[in-house]
Amino acid sequence: MGTEGGNIVRTSFFPWLAMGWIGFAILPWYVIEDGFWAFEWVLDGYPFDSDYASALVQITLGKEWLLPLIFPLLAPLFILKRIKSDPIYAQTLIISGGFGLIYLLGQGFIVGIDGWEYGVFENTFGAMETRQYGMGYGALLSAGAFLILLTTGLAATGYLRGDVFVTSAIGIVIALVATFVFLPVGKILFSAFIDENGLYALNAFSDNFFNKKIWGLGCLTSSVSCGVGLNSLFLAIMTGTATTLLGLAFALVATRTDFRWKKSLRVLTILPIITPPFVIGLALILLLGRAGSITQFVSELLNIEPGRWIYGLPGIWLAQTLSFTPIAFLVLIGVVEGVSPSMEEASQTLGASRWQTFKNVSLPLMRPGLANAFLIGFIESMADFGNPMVLGGNYDVLSTEIFFAIVGAQNDQSRAAVLAIVLLTFTLSAFFAQRIWLGKKSYTTVVGKAESGAHAGMNPLLKWICLGVTIPWAAFTIVIYATVLFGGFVVNWGRDNSFTLMHYAEGFGINWGENGLNWEGTAWDSFWTTITISAIAAPLTAGLGLLTSYLLVRQRFKGKSLFEFGTMLSFAIPGTVIGVSYILAFNVPPFELTGTAAILVLCFMFRNMPVGVRGGIAAMSQLDKSLDEASLTLGANSLTTLRRVILPLLRPAIVAALVYSFVRAITSVSAVIFLVSADHNMATSYIIGLVENGEYGIAIAYSSVLIVVMLLAIILVQKVIGERKLRRHNRVENISQETTPLTSSSPREKQA
Amino acid sequence: MNLQLKPGSVVFENVTKKYGAVTAINDVSFSIEPGHLVTLLGPSGCGKTTTLRMIAGLEHPTSGRILIGGKDVTNLPATDRDVSMVFQSYALFPHMTVGENVAYGLSVSGLSKKEAAERAKEGLSLVGLDGYEARLPSELSGGQQQRVAVARALVLEPEVLLLDEPLSNLDAKLRRKVREEIRDLQQKLGLTAVYVTHDQEEALAVSDRIIVMNKSVIAQEGTPRELYETPASSFIADFIGDANLVEGEILDQDEVNANVRIDTLHCKLPSRGLSNGPTKVAIRPDSILLEQDSSVMTGIKGNVTHASYLGNQIHYSVDSSLGELFVVDYRIDNAITAGSDISITFATKGMSLIAS
Repeated sequence: MGTEGGNIVRTSFFPWLAMGWIGFAILPWYVIEDGFWAFEWVLDGYPFDSDYASALVQITLGKEWLLPLIFPLLAPLFILKRIKSDPIYAQTLIISGGFGLIYLLGQGFIVGIDGWEYGVFENTFGAMETRQYGMGYGALLSAGAFLILLTTGLAATGYLRGDVFVTSAIGIVIALVATFVFLPVGKILFSAFIDENGLYALNAFSDNFFNKKIWGLGCLTSSVSCGVGLNSLFLAIMTGTATTLLGLAFALVATRTDFRWKKSLRVLTILPIITPPFVIGLALILLLGRAGSITQFVSELLNIEPGRWIYGLPGIWLAQTLSFTPIAFLVLIGVVEGVSPSMEEASQTLGASRWQTFKNVSLPLMRPGLANAFLIGFIESMADFGNPMVLGGNYDVLSTEIFFAIVGAQNDQSRAAVLAIVLLTFTLSAFFAQRIWLGKKSYTTVVGKAESGAHAGMNPLLKWICLGVTIPWAAFTIVIYATVLFGGFVVNWGRDNSFTLMHYAEGFGINWGENGLNWEGTAWDSFWTTITISAIAAPLTAGLGLLTSYLLVRQRFKGKSLFEFGTMLSFAIPGTVIGVSYILAFNVPPFELTGTAAILVLCFMFRNMPVGVRGGIAAMSQLDKSLDEASLTLGANSLTTLRRVILPLLRPAIVAALVYSFVRAITSVSAVIFLVSADHNMATSYIIGLVENGEYGIAIAYSSVLIVVMLLAIILVQKVIGERKLRRHNRVENISQETTPLTSSSPREKQA
Repeated sequence: MNLQLKPGSVVFENVTKKYGAVTAINDVSFSIEPGHLVTLLGPSGCGKTTTLRMIAGLEHPTSGRILIGGKDVTNLPATDRDVSMVFQSYALFPHMTVGENVAYGLSVSGLSKKEAAERAKEGLSLVGLDGYEARLPSELSGGQQQRVAVARALVLEPEVLLLDEPLSNLDAKLRRKVREEIRDLQQKLGLTAVYVTHDQEEALAVSDRIIVMNKSVIAQEGTPRELYETPASSFIADFIGDANLVEGEILDQDEVNANVRIDTLHCKLPSRGLSNGPTKVAIRPDSILLEQDSSVMTGIKGNVTHASYLGNQIHYSVDSSLGELFVVDYRIDNAITAGSDISITFATKGMSLIAS
């Protein structure tokens, strides 16, 4: 168990140093245009071609500034024999790793595609004749090695009780979040201050920021439309209010009434997870657009001219309310159930009527939950891109304006940046309000012990109001989804309602050609890209999220709350902002990622990471900490403990995180639409393109295929996981009811 | 089973542990001899569990040194220390069988699967759980789970075995039995063991020595008998023996005995180097004798305010000029009803002087 001689070598930094050398001396240092994994570079002039050479060779090819990187790779070789507690060991590693990392990044930012990036250097050192491109695998491996050397050195000084794994994990998460959340967001803040000549100018920001187009109040007095900022704010407040009220009505029906189908109401909550965000808007067009079924029916009945009212505020609002009510429902079910029945019983025994009980006891107890639901609806509406894109008409909102500022004829990056800042300000304010205000105040009355007693029945009037609202709304939702499923089988919805398979044939046709199976349909390309990229992103997202939650729940370190904030921040950053910021940050060296599949994977990882973190935190808090400690005192290190004790016990949470990241990657549109390229097109952006061309048939057919695929994935996983859990449960239950497995001390014994 | 035990000593040198502004352990020093079972005893929040966790390496001191088996381990993490711990909640891994649980420490330290399983089997037979290898922890009773936790710690042949309130999750009847089992095993194997509890009866029953902690420091250290019979402070007297603390006066004394006056009574107590004059006296509850018969009312006058019958003993609360007294009486046939006037005298044993 003690530290034996062999252990020191086994757990030393040597493999990481070797990785650094491979990155520095063997692999191509810069990014390769045709892709690293095509391996064309191997035959095409490696190792001496300046496009493919390693850093070691690049030094001789005019990139002398890479030479200093050799020193931090040489220095650790001299301390391989030393032991951890030797101060020289720690110092050498910290200095090597720290210097290597800073120098590597520094040179990447300072020397760019046109030589010096900053005038200061040009004035000091003279003009530079060479240039460099984005960093490739060589640089990536070296940077990774320097990071690990640094954290290993820190651990050797006793940081985090000398735990190399935990120190390195924290280092890695910080590096990743800094690169893929803070760098892009920082870049967007900066670029808002740049005028068209590329110079820093405060007035560029103020001109763009205090602009009628954002804050104009014209709509109040004349027919001019209001500013996009106000439009978004107004829409978000309306959507937040509507979803909260509807969610509350659904939650009350589901928990406080004897409504027969209330169990099926819960199925509603799964819908927004598997619905690409613009699908509701699309279905609304088919029903309520000018040629829509309901519009046609009503106009024939009442003999009025069909209107275009659905395009604009009413349409977006309706679509968003439909989309996000299930989320509010999900939040509020917990809140409504959280009100302790004994409180309500107490109120009634004190002589209050059911209405008084609801008004004076239950509702005030639910207030923080209601505020939470409102803020979630607010953030979702602000960030929503798909529905305004499809239904916007001339009601402009921030998320779509950002898109058009970038892709439109104007390509005005600083305007996009300013709009993004406005949007970010709104969502971050809501996010902070949620954390600060709700974080401390919790009225949840659920306590550990089981409570008996039933919730008070509802006042009859309230009950009928709730049922009167929820039943038609649920019916409407069903009609919407039926439209999505059947819309793909109709030639031209509203005009030619005959049955056809042509949309599916066009999108998903397969035939048996001479070369074997021939994926003929136009959608296959983006479909497989989507599935592949989502499948790559899902394990990475879940892994990063769970690792982060492990660090947050199980480790104590300085700056932990800042660390937590950083990892949760991307939750409040709307997809459009992420998309713009990734374009700004990653289309120039040192990180040239635009147009690759990697940028899509990275985008999904950091957009969906907070979900993994939250799931992980919730699951890990259920595990008794003494399980980890027992493993540590038995001689396992923290990595072994994570692998053999914590991860096996977290299996349900892992699977949930995997499925969720997979599905979220498929349905995501707002960020993706900026990042797709001809080689890597994603299903959602492809569908948006179809909608813009008015090809509703195939667009809706494609959407329903996505929904069905995701539904199957979820059902499959739930079957596998659900059954495994059940078997285990039965086995335990059959033999004994002595103890609860996870906390290992049942309350009954505790009392003894 | 052939355990290759090399019991180690544990030494704390001026150890302090702070959590931010809160001091959990304040300049604590002690040493534990190899092969002894030493109990850390104290009320909750006294720092006993923090001390144990620092021996395990789960916490690290803010200052001071910790030595195990003569080696300085102050900065070694738990993983690299040669100690094992039995947790209050047992912390058995619920997804592993009993056999896998016991073999876990062996297999992570590099033993082959087969060898680890064999040694685990031996370890289980040591605690009387032969044939339970394939069960899940959740299929065992609380007492059995506890023994698995002990076996899991023992198979690693630790220099020191740590036990964190190992009986607190067992029902009262089982406690005495398991307590004896642990003590037997410890003595049979010659283990160094450190045992944390807040139950003074448990501490008295199992320990070679007891370290009583209070408010982040050591209040007193000694054998069970020393602590019980010569408490160093009113805290120890109260905590170990539920003693009553009353005012008295040392009239005169020699090397051995002191002549002490308590109210109207005079008694001879072992002198403890205190100066003449006012003092505090600790009187154990069963050393206060109550007499109802008015003919022999020679003692201090008092009044019984409460009486509770507990089967083999009766507990009284008595109001007197000495203050509120707690009295235990085993003469249950002589029950005194609440409200009675009584006279108080003292038994010849069970009293000690306390420095005030």
